[in-house]
Amino acid sequence: MTTGMESPIGITGAKGDARPRKRRRIRLLSRTDKIVLSVMVGIPTLIQLVLIWIPTVLSIGLSFVRWNGLDLSDIKAAGVSNYSYVFKDYPPFWPAVQHNVLWLVFLAVIATPLGLLLAVLLDQNIRGSKIYQSIFFIPVMLSLALIGIIWQLFYQKDNGLLNFLLGTAGTPQAVDWFGDSDVNIWAALIAATWRHAGYVMILYLAGLKGVDASLKEAASLDGANAYQTFFRIVFPAMRPINIVIVVITIIESLRAFDIVYVINRGTNGLELISALVIQNLVGEGQVIGVGSALAVILLVISLVPIVFYLSRAFGKEKV
Amino acid sequence: MSSIEERFAAGANRPGLDRRTLLKTLGVGAVGLAGIPLLSACTGGSAPGASATASKSLSFGSGSSDEVPKAGYKAVTDAFTKKSGITVNTNVVPHNDFQNKINTYLQGSPDDAFTWFAGYRMQYYAGKGLLTPVDDVWEKIGPNFSDAMKKASTGPDGKKYFVPNYNYPWGFFYRKSFWAEKGYEVPTTFDALTSLSAKMQTDGIIPIEFADKDGWPAFGTFDYINMRLNGYQFHMDLTAHKESWDQKKVSDVFDTWKALLPYQNPGALGMTWQDSAKSLGDKKSGMYLLGSFVTQQFTDPALLADIDFFPFPEIAMEGMDAVEAPIDGLLLSKKGGQNQAAHDFLAFMGTAEGQDAYASKDPSNIATAKGADQSNFSPLNKKCADVIAGAKSISQFFDRDALPAMANNVMLPALQGFIKDGSIDVKNLEAQAKTLYAAQ
Repeated sequence: MTTGMESPIGITGAKGDARPRKRRRIRLLSRTDKIVLSVMVGIPTLIQLVLIWIPTVLSIGLSFVRWNGLDLSDIKAAGVSNYSYVFKDYPPFWPAVQHNVLWLVFLAVIATPLGLLLAVLLDQNIRGSKIYQSIFFIPVMLSLALIGIIWQLFYQKDNGLLNFLLGTAGTPQAVDWFGDSDVNIWAALIAATWRHAGYVMILYLAGLKGVDASLKEAASLDGANAYQTFFRIVFPAMRPINIVIVVITIIESLRAFDIVYVINRGTNGLELISALVIQNLVGEGQVIGVGSALAVILLVISLVPIVFYLSRAFGKEKV
Repeated sequence: MSSIEERFAAGANRPGLDRRTLLKTLGVGAVGLAGIPLLSACTGGSAPGASATASKSLSFGSGSSDEVPKAGYKAVTDAFTKKSGITVNTNVVPHNDFQNKINTYLQGSPDDAFTWFAGYRMQYYAGKGLLTPVDDVWEKIGPNFSDAMKKASTGPDGKKYFVPNYNYPWGFFYRKSFWAEKGYEVPTTFDALTSLSAKMQTDGIIPIEFADKDGWPAFGTFDYINMRLNGYQFHMDLTAHKESWDQKKVSDVFDTWKALLPYQNPGALGMTWQDSAKSLGDKKSGMYLLGSFVTQQFTDPALLADIDFFPFPEIAMEGMDAVEAPIDGLLLSKKGGQNQAAHDFLAFMGTAEGQDAYASKDPSNIATAKGADQSNFSPLNKKCADVIAGAKSISQFFDRDALPAMANNVMLPALQGFIKDGSIDVKNLEAQAKTLYAAQ
């Protein structure tokens, strides 16, 4: 994610700097240099074009047609009917939007601060800090299938750890963590927090290491207590990391997919926009027009935080 | 890493999105990977107009990737090669991939013959001209099959496309000893079923076991109530969307189901069919409406011998004539139609000999051809076979009879909602059906 965003900034930045010196430099370039340069610029551009821009444009195009995916001559223009289907007739859509919003709020209010807390605690040079770091970061590295199994062990109705601890396992009062549509979104959110907090923790740990120690010293000389030092000095000093975290949290809540998919493929109270996109585009339930419309809706929503991030980044360059 | 990449990756996977690249890749892949089978096959099928009789080989695409069915089809091709001297080059593809990529498969370079199901999905591709009719094969194998099988093998144009191999019936499974001990009797009417359920409930057991976490098992209950209430033809017309969902006949199905809902396992939405099978085996529940594959879960032979089965009781129409028994079998691709060897292979599959070869490795299913060896059948298998043989019509299960998008994207969540609180919006089902079927 970060690489995808950095490249446009890098390019623009370079261009701005290079402009006055441009003419002098070009003469210095030999033919080999030019070939090497054009290959180095051309290949990433081509990859970008093939993997990102062409599919995007095709998706947008396909969201305005009806197509069975068989013959190109079967494509029929459909106007905005796919969109009106999604907004008016497709029952999982609005619950999915709500769940995405809930996901965002939960990650922003619980998971991200938890990751920050872990980072601050582990930054205190406590013994075994590296081991704790690894433990908290492991969930980020685990594969989808493993995550499914791990949470199944916790949440199972009759044999799960959670119901066992509550003393309700095997009784009719046992909570059906995955099957009950009133609680399964919370169960999924806990699982998501488990991963997201580790991710945020690593980023903040790096950020904390980057804060100049003399700032903290100066604050304590001025008589600031630990809270004041952190919230008034250290936290604002990590502004670049904070922006990255905000964007990551938003994007994580939009791309939330794997956990609900392993639980029940995103049905019965666990609808998310991304799961609906997959259901409508991949496999036997394929409806290309509707799936593309959902993908475009998700793209438009995702553009908001991306534009926010980019404008922040650009703004900084100008200052 | 990002949502964007993920989504675009999904977009790029979409069959037919960038058709030319995709076809080219497929073509190159076929040459590169399947060079040898291709070379040996090009004497026959690939030469258009050439007399087909000369061919001595065919290619066979199999989605039966699990150990047991894979061995089953291997036995069939071996027996066929031994009998006819025709070589069969089998390409086994993991079954989910095979099903998900069938669109591109049929338009790219499909094998001559391939495994598939009866039902809408077969008829749909037949209607699009991607399959070869096999009426010539049916002239030979016709007498081996019941009328219900013939009906299920026929395409929308009245020609036959499909050759059945095996199927498995859906019905209520229960433990004989448990029922004998409690004095329960097999219900033959819907009223008897509900009063039996009420009795079981007072005895402190879950009357009707049910699992719908995966979403598809609920189709079985819907299909049966619909067929018993409105008849087989209505089921076919509704799934083909020749009938509207927004009508009394459909709401009646749900109203009838509401009478059963209190007796079905309330934890259904969090359970898989394997969980439910266990609960039936443990005598926690009285009966379980599922396909006969439920018996795979009973590994203890004594328990397995204790399992019996009865068809869904009659409600209003056609008694118990219709049976839900999804059929698996073979089809010929458009290209395979030119290869006489492929026709011969399908004909072989439609004989007791071919199906016995399959059943020798996979005895859990019921061979469809008359005269297939039943000597190895357990009493339960025998009963399943008799129910199918006696059926006037065979339905294929909702997700095979209907447009897959209708089944997976619309009905699956709708039925889960219905199980949760008994509410259903048939107007909305119709609105969704209209959009989805129009896109086909």
